[in-house]
Amino acid sequence: MEKNVKKSDDSIVMRIVRNQMFIPLLALAVLFIFNLIADPSFFKIMATTNNAGNSVLTGNPITILDMGSELAILAIGMTLVTSASGGQDISVGAAVAIAGSVILRVLRGGSTVPVIFAFLLGCVVAALFGAFNGVLVAYFKIQPMIATLILYTAGRSIAAWINNNELPVIIDPKFTYYGGTIPGVPIPTPFFIAVICIIIIGLVLKFTNLRLYTQAVGVNENSSRLNGLNPAFIKVLSFVILGLCVAVVGLIKVSRLSTINYSVVAKDIEMDAILAVALGGNALSGGKFNMASSILGAYVIQFLTTTLYAFKVEAAALPAYKAVVVIVLVVISAPTVRDWFSSLSKKLKVKEVA
Amino acid sequence: MKDNAVLEMRNIHKSFPGVRALQGVDFTLRKGEVHALMGENGAGKSTLIKVLTGVYGKDEGNIFMDGIEGPVAIHSPQDAQKVGISTVYQEITLCPNLSVAENMFIGRTSGVGQNWKKMNKDTEKILRSLDIPATATQQLGTCSIAIQQMIAIARAVDMDCKVLILDEPTSSLDEQEVEKLFKLMRDLRSKGVGIVFVTHFLDQVYEICDRITVMRDGQLVGEYVIKDLPRVKLVSKMLGKEMDDMSDIKSEAKTYERKAGEVPVLEAENRVSDAGIKPFNFHIDKGEVNGFTGLLGSGRSECVRALFGADRITGGTIKMKGKSVKITKPLDAMKNGIAYLPEDRKGDGIVGDLSVRDNIILAQQVLKGFMKPFSKAEANKIADEYIKLLSIKTASADTPIKSLSGGNQQKCILARWLFTHPEYLILDEPTRGIDVGTKVDIQKLVLKLASEGMSVTFISSELDEMLRTCSRLVVMRDRKMVGELSGDDLNQSKVMSTIAGGDE
Amino acid sequence: MSNNKSNTSGGFMDKLNNLTDTNLLLTITIVVFFLMYIAAMIFQGGAFLKGQSFLNILNSNSTLIILACGLSLVMITGGIDISVGGVTALISMCCAVYLDLKGGNIFVSILVALAIGLAFGAVQGFLVAYLDIQPFIITLAGMFFARGMTTIVHSEPFNVAHEAFNELKNTRIIVPGLGSVNRRGDYIDAYVEIGVIVAIIVVILMFCMFRWTKLGRSFYAVGGNQQSALMLGINVKRTRFLSHLICGLLAGIGGYVYFLHVGSGSPSHATAMEMDAIASSIIGGTMLTGGVGNIIGTFFGVLSLGTIQAIVASAGLGEAWWTGITRAAMLCLFLVIQSLIMARKKKA
Repeated sequence: MEKNVKKSDDSIVMRIVRNQMFIPLLALAVLFIFNLIADPSFFKIMATTNNAGNSVLTGNPITILDMGSELAILAIGMTLVTSASGGQDISVGAAVAIAGSVILRVLRGGSTVPVIFAFLLGCVVAALFGAFNGVLVAYFKIQPMIATLILYTAGRSIAAWINNNELPVIIDPKFTYYGGTIPGVPIPTPFFIAVICIIIIGLVLKFTNLRLYTQAVGVNENSSRLNGLNPAFIKVLSFVILGLCVAVVGLIKVSRLSTINYSVVAKDIEMDAILAVALGGNALSGGKFNMASSILGAYVIQFLTTTLYAFKVEAAALPAYKAVVVIVLVVISAPTVRDWFSSLSKKLKVKEVA
Repeated sequence: MKDNAVLEMRNIHKSFPGVRALQGVDFTLRKGEVHALMGENGAGKSTLIKVLTGVYGKDEGNIFMDGIEGPVAIHSPQDAQKVGISTVYQEITLCPNLSVAENMFIGRTSGVGQNWKKMNKDTEKILRSLDIPATATQQLGTCSIAIQQMIAIARAVDMDCKVLILDEPTSSLDEQEVEKLFKLMRDLRSKGVGIVFVTHFLDQVYEICDRITVMRDGQLVGEYVIKDLPRVKLVSKMLGKEMDDMSDIKSEAKTYERKAGEVPVLEAENRVSDAGIKPFNFHIDKGEVNGFTGLLGSGRSECVRALFGADRITGGTIKMKGKSVKITKPLDAMKNGIAYLPEDRKGDGIVGDLSVRDNIILAQQVLKGFMKPFSKAEANKIADEYIKLLSIKTASADTPIKSLSGGNQQKCILARWLFTHPEYLILDEPTRGIDVGTKVDIQKLVLKLASEGMSVTFISSELDEMLRTCSRLVVMRDRKMVGELSGDDLNQSKVMSTIAGGDE
Repeated sequence: MSNNKSNTSGGFMDKLNNLTDTNLLLTITIVVFFLMYIAAMIFQGGAFLKGQSFLNILNSNSTLIILACGLSLVMITGGIDISVGGVTALISMCCAVYLDLKGGNIFVSILVALAIGLAFGAVQGFLVAYLDIQPFIITLAGMFFARGMTTIVHSEPFNVAHEAFNELKNTRIIVPGLGSVNRRGDYIDAYVEIGVIVAIIVVILMFCMFRWTKLGRSFYAVGGNQQSALMLGINVKRTRFLSHLICGLLAGIGGYVYFLHVGSGSPSHATAMEMDAIASSIIGGTMLTGGVGNIIGTFFGVLSLGTIQAIVASAGLGEAWWTGITRAAMLCLFLVIQSLIMARKKKA
């Protein structure tokens, strides 16, 4: 009887451990506890007044929500691309620069064009570049990482070329709403934008077959084709969706500064976006995915970044610490290491029984 | 070691998570014999061979080799080669990007340098002595699969092995090539090499083997001298029960006669694809079961793939019930009520990581459209229905399909296509590599579907299976349709002679 | 006799089909490079006719040649390593700090460079080969680690003021026969830097290793089909480990050559150089899927990229973005060519 109870208990623990959300939640808990012990004031939220005279909330948790939202939006698209193509898009940072540059090009010089129009044009351009990546991957069968290397190399140059290497500044204070705060709302707008994006993708996943089709193509392309799917089209679609996510982030990025810095904007963001997908427990080799887990992963990554900043780590040195986290993460989740752990725990159990 | 034994495996155990693949298996191989290793899927043959060749480590047990004191330790394919065990696997295990000569010699010799001249010369000699039509400097990937297979065997033969393991080597060879291989095996046997031969073809076992070891469910059933074990007994040992007589299926298949004024369900004219077949004409009537037969590589699969639009279509027309339709991609075919169960279950059939449920609903879901997904409740209901209908053995509808056995995977794919309620169902080798019980189930199902009015094309490399199920056989040779047999012509000798084409 | 089949079949397309994948792609690369260079000589004239301008392409790309050799090695083995640029920057910074601020000697600084490169290669190789983790992710982490460490070692860029080192840095090796006569009629010798000599030695050694050693062939085998290579008795794990280790060593050598070329340390050194190295490898005919590639091709790949840069510069397209865009366009072109050729071959 007792044995049975123990067995079911075991299986519940195992079920939690096996759940995809386990890794990001564990990482979140570790970071949370770490900060709590090291410096509880990390979690302090203050109400202050910003330059524009609006009362806003500040503090590390708010920063995480604010900056993590950009990542979360990119993680949505990156998850789909990873699932369908079995690879990652390393050009998102460069593509954000292009999208931002396009938006600035439309709005610069006190143009009266509404922001929404500039944003839509940014969407179209980013989606086209996404489609370009997608076509290379899907129709020319080039590995995603390498196909997107092209745009990675050329993207920032293209972004500079769009504005003739000038740095247009948008004076309209309303333009800062998207990356900053809206008067009367104390929480940064990017968070709301991310929530809207998450709701949209949630609805799309619920009311269309995007999930089934993407996963099927990612797991077995031949089989999907023989079931009437068009794998190439679905891959391109995933890249186009990522392009749209990129455009949204582009808007947030240029809105934060009211201008752009071609070589620095969204630098290394592709690393964080890929990391978010991996931390979410999604196989980087494609196939099944868990969107919620990726999005949670994105915020956890930002949590880590903010923690490092709180410990006075220089911005340029940040990657070194993140790299260590990545390596620990992938080593722990490597099948070889997992097998080793499970055989070790088995051996320990055998000893206990004896 | 027993007298004359070259290899002994004692009490081998091997487990995988959730599966006890080998439970105390013994195996003895003598000098100069061809020893068949028989068993159904999941019997543990492959696992035993992989343990022997060092691909898997064993949990328990010992391996002894002639001339070596004490148990030998085999941790890798190199270790196996060192003690004189060579293997030729079912799938080509050569490197397509290297030359033929390199594939013959890589990983075998010691030293740092690579002597191209000597290697190419030696290779030419071996290729000539075995009559293999390839050159030493040719890139392996440019050879046909059959030739690649023979090169793999040539490599193993040249390694001066004491034990040669042939794991289903004949599955991609045609009859003449099989004959050549057998000649080679007899030569080696007379030189004292012990050969382990794994195959699904009973004929080949009785043609060449001296002894049979039968396995079932990871356990040893027994070792027999071939004379003492007639076919029926062998099959019943493999199944672990007296075989349900399959010959009575034949009575259910009746010759189809078209009623006056009725048009065929599907009619193809000069259909041709880029897969290298000659244009062909084909038709099938409502409720008819027909089959494509011919040697491997004769173009059977390519024909049905052309009907389904699975390869790029380069010409020809198709009429469904007398109406001309355009079928250039699988989706077109599906919309016209055609279903296709592909030959390569793993590569083209299952979507491995997805659940049984998703695999079953996939095709119908695609037909239904991107914007109209089945609700979770609907999908579950459908999955449960088909799991029950086809008695698919799975823990739940949520289980990833790849963890099911081959036969049950095949049933899921079948369920997928049945759920689309096709008018014309194409089954390309639905019984390959699955257990005999499921084979019979599938044959019975085909006949039942036909009696309900579905048209079925059934392809199998086992001729008696086709004879039992089909009322009309299309015969293929060299990627061309060469004949059509039905009624009284539908017997083994007639089919064989048509395939061989001797009477022309 | 069947053995002579390939000799008797005539026609250009047949010959093309009989080439191994490696040689086919190599041929394309070399042809493209010469066409491009000749076109540059004809249309841009002047500068491209001088021997020195060709040697300058070598001078400014010697590091890239060495790094690209390492990349070709891991790519032929079926992996990838994107940490080499970061490692190069880290090595420059470490050596600069050691020589300038600590006043060390040159010989030890070379050892430091090699040790850093080998350490990266060993750790990444271990994780990739023995723990079976995707090389892209591991080396991406490696790249970020190297970049971050560079800043941690020293955050500001600075020049090395070390006499013996600067002497070595400014050493010029005269190449006979390629000199030119200037306007005043004086003969000016053509020269290369030490780095070029190192790079050429690396290319020759790597070529010999690939062609005439068993290890070299096993890199191809593993890249062609890992499972098969295992069955053929190759120690796949060790081979993959060695590919990363050697790539790390080459990153060490390349890093020092880079340091010798720039003579300074900076966190922004060698930015995106890993991408250039990958691009050169691909342009040089290394297949991303592994198993196909050639060091000579890689060498020409680097030259092609360098030539493009020289053409862009001499065509007066001063804006910085043109280099980025043209390089990307060239990479794109070669990727598409590869993909089309392979699709064609598969059908044939």
